[in-house]
Amino acid sequence: MSEVAVEEKVKQPSEPLFSKKNKALISNPLDDDNPITVQVLGICSALAITVQVKQAFVMALSVTFVTAMGNVIVSLMRNYIPNRIRIIVQLVIVAALVILVDQVLKAFVYDISKALSVFVGLIITNCIIMGRLEAFALGNKPWPAFLDGIGNGLGYGLILIIVSVFRELLGSGKLWGYPIFGHKVGALLSDGSLATEASGLYALGYVDNGLMILPPMALITVGVIIWVQRSRNTKLIEA
Amino acid sequence: MEYINIIVKAIFIENMIFAYFLGMCSYLAVSKTVKTGVGLGAAVIFVLGITVPVNYLMENYMLKEGALAWLSPSLATMDLSFLSFIMFIAIIAAMVQLVEMAVEKFAPALYSSLGIFLPLIAVNCSILGGALFMQERQYANIGEATAFGVGSGIGWFMAIVAIAAIREKIRYSSVPGPLRGLGITFILTGLMGIAFMSFMGIKL
Repeated sequence: MSEVAVEEKVKQPSEPLFSKKNKALISNPLDDDNPITVQVLGICSALAITVQVKQAFVMALSVTFVTAMGNVIVSLMRNYIPNRIRIIVQLVIVAALVILVDQVLKAFVYDISKALSVFVGLIITNCIIMGRLEAFALGNKPWPAFLDGIGNGLGYGLILIIVSVFRELLGSGKLWGYPIFGHKVGALLSDGSLATEASGLYALGYVDNGLMILPPMALITVGVIIWVQRSRNTKLIEA
Repeated sequence: MEYINIIVKAIFIENMIFAYFLGMCSYLAVSKTVKTGVGLGAAVIFVLGITVPVNYLMENYMLKEGALAWLSPSLATMDLSFLSFIMFIAIIAAMVQLVEMAVEKFAPALYSSLGIFLPLIAVNCSILGGALFMQERQYANIGEATAFGVGSGIGWFMAIVAIAAIREKIRYSSVPGPLRGLGITFILTGLMGIAFMSFMGIKL
């Protein structure tokens, strides 16, 4: 154990905070090593909460926080955790962080926390977090672990936002809750009254695609995103 | 009758995979062949059938507001529900460990065929999801909670076996390169999800 520590000390000091290697920790998960489309981790929550951009954004923020903090804590403790009980130790650390996130969401954005329902709790079993703790934090110093957590959280958030933009725009004609295509009959206007006649695209006969709201379309949207990503980045294609 | 209703609802209408996407990671990773799919599916039914009722007891006798009243009347206003995540995950990890030991002792043949999948289950979101939905839906008694747990497990089993069978066959088709593997599996699951939506609204 002590030999490893000495070796690291000799190697590390010359490295600046944002060296090329550290920058790659943030940029890699955005495309080449994306947690959702390449590592296939953390899909469950990614699909269930992408009906609205706002929810997806809050979820991405929460997951980024938990991955980054969990990575730092596990990395600080990595030399003291006995190998045999590491999964339980990791689960407890993550569960404590998720309780924190859950309470903060309940206090400040109650309606979103209600809409996310059980999926905030499911961050605990989100495979991205366990995967990063196992694969990175247990073997690296806190600062790279922190960057790795941020990077993977952002990579996850990126896909979440892309999927939710498509689903909210095509499914209910809104982005972040603001109507983009105009108002439908019966929609609530900003001054509190109900719209009595359609405006914008709806006046021309445009109808929302209700299918986009339904759960299966999230899967198909992610499938299409994978398709697009792998046609651009051909080294990811599976044999 | 209520039990049948809960089970049918858990299997078809509120299927863990097609309606909530719980346990997708292991679903995608282990569904390459039917054999491994059946193994993991059986383990999930088993663990959900055990952990949901245990977590139900936990919720009702320890965590819920006023649940501690059986200890002493002074604790009747105690609300520990913010601790539920950590309690549920601890129970799941402990139960998975216990189940693993019991299976190893009493059914070594089953153990060697499930072996690698059992520990994986502790971090399968469908198990924690089952416990959290149980908490949210407030089932009336432990029997209903067990029915819900087993039903969700059967739904998950069915989904993984079905996709594994499709994936075995699709190897012989010429799928566009970038869509091969992961991409087509997503789209197939989506199409199956649309099919499963036709069960919506059925009530027994």
